[in-house]
Amino acid sequence: MADVNRGNRPLSPHLGIYKPQLTSLTSILTRITGNALLLAALMIVWWFVALASGPEAFATATWWITSFVGDLIMLGSAWALWYHTLAGIRHLYWDSGRGLEMETAEKLGKAVIIGSFVLTLLTIIVV
Amino acid sequence: MDFRTDRKRVDGLGSAKDGTEHHWKMTLSSWGLLILIPLFIFTFGSTLGSDYETAVAVYSRPFPAIVAILTLVVGWMHFKGGVQVLIEDYTHGSTRTTLIVITTCLSYAAAVAGTFAIVSIAL
Repeated sequence: MADVNRGNRPLSPHLGIYKPQLTSLTSILTRITGNALLLAALMIVWWFVALASGPEAFATATWWITSFVGDLIMLGSAWALWYHTLAGIRHLYWDSGRGLEMETAEKLGKAVIIGSFVLTLLTIIVV
Repeated sequence: MDFRTDRKRVDGLGSAKDGTEHHWKMTLSSWGLLILIPLFIFTFGSTLGSDYETAVAVYSRPFPAIVAILTLVVGWMHFKGGVQVLIEDYTHGSTRTTLIVITTCLSYAAAVAGTFAIVSIAL
């Protein structure tokens, strides 16, 4: 009896079934950027420890961090940090019970993406 | 006759016993970082790449040093909470426990190492 409709039931929500949307994309990017910042955060701690250790250790750390790969990591992390910050503001706004309508959520998603690139560009100019 | 209120009758019967504490900590640290991150990006960013004497001079001043210490401490504790949820979402059993222990130790170690370094530069 219970098996009569097997195979013809609605599928449960699953990542492999859902079409990628702006809302889901911006959500997973929040997690990816937040956790990827581990690398830059470790490099920053290294920079401070090297600065406290003396000129030689500092020269080594600075060389690595401002090398081509280091610069690439720092630039990517600057974007990740701004993205995660803006996405975090969106979460704080959502936590207040506002902005959860689909249309508003999509608009906020676009604002987070555009804003993260604008702030990264600003960081490159100022820093 | 049970004179207890509905709330009192179910209080403490949930499986997790707590749950809002983690969310509250993440919310609180995110508000803190909202202020600290822009200050840190521009003070640290403009010092990164400068020579040893300049870097020491910058972090001997109270404002850049205090901003950096607060950012590292609050930032690493925010990471500790965030990465814990990531681990809980994708791993199970002893792998989960091991990863949470490792990332927790790493977060405290990094926060303390950074703080110790900045204090010894500043003093």
